[in-house]
Amino acid sequence: MKLRILTVPLLLVLPLTAAEKPATANPVATAMPLFRWENFTTANGLPDNHVFAVLVDRDRVWAGTENGLALYEHGSWKVFTPADGLAHRVVLSLALDKRTGDLWVGTMAGLSRISAGRIDTYTQLNSGLSNDVVYGVGVQDEFVWTATAAGASRLNTRTGEWSLYNERNTPMEEIWTYGVSVGPDKVYLAVWGSGVLEYTIATGRWKNYTDPDGENEIVLFKDQGLIHKITTSVSYVDKTLWAATYFGDSHYDGRTWHNFMAKDSGLPSDFTNQVRGLDASRAWFCTDKGLAYYDGVNWAVYRPALDTSKPEMYIRDADGKITPVSVETAPAHNYVLGIDFQGDDVWVATAKGLSHGIRQR
Amino acid sequence: MRRGLGIALACAAAAVALAFLSASLPHVQASAPDSDEQYLSPSEMAFSSDGRLLYVVCERSDQLLVLRAKEGTVLHRIHVGHIPRTVAVSPDGRQVFVSNSWDDTVSVIDTATMSVTRKILTGAEPYGVVVDRTGKTLYVANRITSDVSVIDIATGIERKRLLAGHGASYLTISADGTRVYCTHVYPRIGEQRSVPQSEVTVIDTAREAVVERIPLAGVAGMFHVAVSTDGRLGVIAQMRPKNLVPLAHVEHGWVFGHSLTVFGADAGGTIEVPMDELEHYYSLQYGVAIAPDKSRIFVTASGSDVVTVIDTKRLLAFAHSHRKPFVNDLSASANYVLMRIAVGKNPRGATLSPDGKRLYVANRMDDTLSVIDTLNNKLVATLDLGGPKDISPLRHGEQIFTTSRFAFQGQFSCANCHIDSTFDGLTWDLEPDGFGVDIVDNRLIEDLSGTEPFKWNGGNPSLTVECGPRTEKYFYRSQSYSEKELTHLVLYILNLPLRPNRFRPSNGQLTEAQERGKAIFNRKVNKFGKPIPEGNQCSYCHSGPKYTSQLQFDVGTGKWTDRSPIFDTPQLVNVALTAPYLHDESARSLEEIWTVYNPHDRHGMSSDLTKDELNDLIEYLRTL
Repeated sequence: MKLRILTVPLLLVLPLTAAEKPATANPVATAMPLFRWENFTTANGLPDNHVFAVLVDRDRVWAGTENGLALYEHGSWKVFTPADGLAHRVVLSLALDKRTGDLWVGTMAGLSRISAGRIDTYTQLNSGLSNDVVYGVGVQDEFVWTATAAGASRLNTRTGEWSLYNERNTPMEEIWTYGVSVGPDKVYLAVWGSGVLEYTIATGRWKNYTDPDGENEIVLFKDQGLIHKITTSVSYVDKTLWAATYFGDSHYDGRTWHNFMAKDSGLPSDFTNQVRGLDASRAWFCTDKGLAYYDGVNWAVYRPALDTSKPEMYIRDADGKITPVSVETAPAHNYVLGIDFQGDDVWVATAKGLSHGIRQR
Repeated sequence: MRRGLGIALACAAAAVALAFLSASLPHVQASAPDSDEQYLSPSEMAFSSDGRLLYVVCERSDQLLVLRAKEGTVLHRIHVGHIPRTVAVSPDGRQVFVSNSWDDTVSVIDTATMSVTRKILTGAEPYGVVVDRTGKTLYVANRITSDVSVIDIATGIERKRLLAGHGASYLTISADGTRVYCTHVYPRIGEQRSVPQSEVTVIDTAREAVVERIPLAGVAGMFHVAVSTDGRLGVIAQMRPKNLVPLAHVEHGWVFGHSLTVFGADAGGTIEVPMDELEHYYSLQYGVAIAPDKSRIFVTASGSDVVTVIDTKRLLAFAHSHRKPFVNDLSASANYVLMRIAVGKNPRGATLSPDGKRLYVANRMDDTLSVIDTLNNKLVATLDLGGPKDISPLRHGEQIFTTSRFAFQGQFSCANCHIDSTFDGLTWDLEPDGFGVDIVDNRLIEDLSGTEPFKWNGGNPSLTVECGPRTEKYFYRSQSYSEKELTHLVLYILNLPLRPNRFRPSNGQLTEAQERGKAIFNRKVNKFGKPIPEGNQCSYCHSGPKYTSQLQFDVGTGKWTDRSPIFDTPQLVNVALTAPYLHDESARSLEEIWTVYNPHDRHGMSSDLTKDELNDLIEYLRTL
């Protein structure tokens, strides 16, 4: 689905009157992160411009592309393909086991583990993996969770046991799982068509969160639950759940929900591919109309302008006031699929390259 | 208690087996085997930091012996866990760690009291153990789980597991403490009939992470790894199996090459060095020690009962003068082997005294230590550790199993293919039936009683035939066993116990998934209520206590390389340990038996199973 959407022409109209006023005097604007963007494409070593996932491991950057897994290290790219043992050339998701340094790679045809250069691959034929299309992957101690096109799987790397989670043993109405986020006490699954599933590690029990508006494509009860059940991404941090859908995004602190839509927030679009929470109040949103940052009050959006493709950044403050920021660079494309962090810098996966946002002071 | 019962059962089984053998071999005058509980089987050693004490691990007696090194007198006999394998001493000398391979623990010994103070849990079947230079972290290589446990010594908590090679077994730590090196005994599970691949796993102790995997093509079966005190030279004892060519004519080629891998800055990369000679082989090299001044390398050949002394300078000069690999050049070793020193039976671990003047060698089948003066390269003492002087039939059988003296030119022993009496993870082209015909997997030999006939085609009615005429004719092509030797060898094999199953819950209760899998294994109707023909029921062919009907069937797994598609039903005990699977190792995992190699439901009805249900079935199989 994601792949097909990538090819949809982007016929969007910027809801702002762009770059009307420089924002140099705006204290909100100066407080929001400003980046100089360096973009990587096939012209400078990336194996493909369609980048579905990005992961930072200290000074190394991994990019999952449509034509291999790329590693940026010491200023150059190295590419891993099925010829090296990778499950498939189309890399959809990445997760790092921070304890061991092993990288887990979700692809269109299986799950690969890269450990100090060695690649082991798990598929639905040679292992207990539920399905070869691995949209999401996450590491919980010795367990590796995968969100696949046929439910979720959990591999116990110590015993080799696979546990499958689907409509038979969870409240999963659809089995198209799209994302997974692992925290110290809970694991969350983004289920395309079935909202968000919560797994409590201590009890092994499941709970689901879905849209109180049911099948309606309009929001009747905002902030009463998940914004929509077509969820694409989850991010669990500081006991707070951030959820992305194709119809807006949600924030849940365990007691109350708060939802974000383009019409009443700084989101540039309701169509969100990935959300990454930094803590309980701050998050990054990867949408089809640009990259957005939310600091708990204000929003910043980074992208090539939708009409002119010129670099664009703007701020939306708590009062809804839009303030353009004069910038000379922007992410490679406004269709953003993933983000990861390297200190104050960000790395962004887009439909036309990988972008390195170098924080400016 | 459990061990006593095990021994009693083993003796009873041995008596039954002997009766069977006596019936099949009327000329053999066999007596009931003695209990071999008293045998020690010393295998590995470590010195105290001051060099006064020598710690000796005894596999058979479940003991750690503490010797006064100078005199060789045994000061303490400390009972540790079951089947201990290796030993390490903390940098301050206050603690000694012994891996217990059947208990999945490490015994911690307080050297002040010379007693076990606690046991630390590890992965499955721990072998190698080293302590880092801070004395705070323990690294343990786990053979079954193929990984390395990183354990906080103070709390006994395992912090993480690091992925290592298949059958991870032996560890060493560099003198500066920055790197841990791990070898493994089984080749990586890869494409069928491909060149065996192994690796040296290099762990950065600061990060507690694997930072390098040194690839070794053509190598299967690595044992000790040693690193010189300056960290510039690493040495590994290993085998190079020739399993991709027919074994039928041993005298025309060879079955195993026995070699070393040298690596590091001195080697300028990774170089494989042959240890055999044109007319004689030095099989199953196991222990490695490098002199403190790096002048010599000492290597035990556990199947040939010798220690090989290598001139390091000549070795490196020879290696550097050859641009092309010379590991298959059997004339090469004459350029760097200084001498071969005869020691006891089945020499395993080799340890230098801290001053480098004495090399101690553990003779596993003699219950002795050989002491070599490294200045003159002479055997100066043999230390008797106090094992029984009488050799029981079982012990004799094990001695025959581990020696290569029966094979043409001493090429190999049973233990080459059955590493530590298990298997080797390889396929072989054994029979004189043409090149590439009847490729067969090497099967596990534990708990064999009641699983006959043998061979994948079921062609051998008994182990006496399997180990006797067949081995002599097709494998060794040299010296025949005497009737007594054959009887004792078969007795030993038939009494090889089954290792504990690591996948069965310790409380005896199967998990929900395992219970569901058991129901699938035993089912007689498919999911739609239709009867499954007997021959397509798992439990029909895999019946009885060992999960074999001892009959042969065509389950659709035959290949064009097989003369017949009919195969013996293999036993399933400890089946989880023996990947890859099927008669020719074409299935790399249990899953592939059904997802790839059972398109017509002939190898059990499986096409109606969901992925969840197949996973359940496999979870159950892993408990058998």
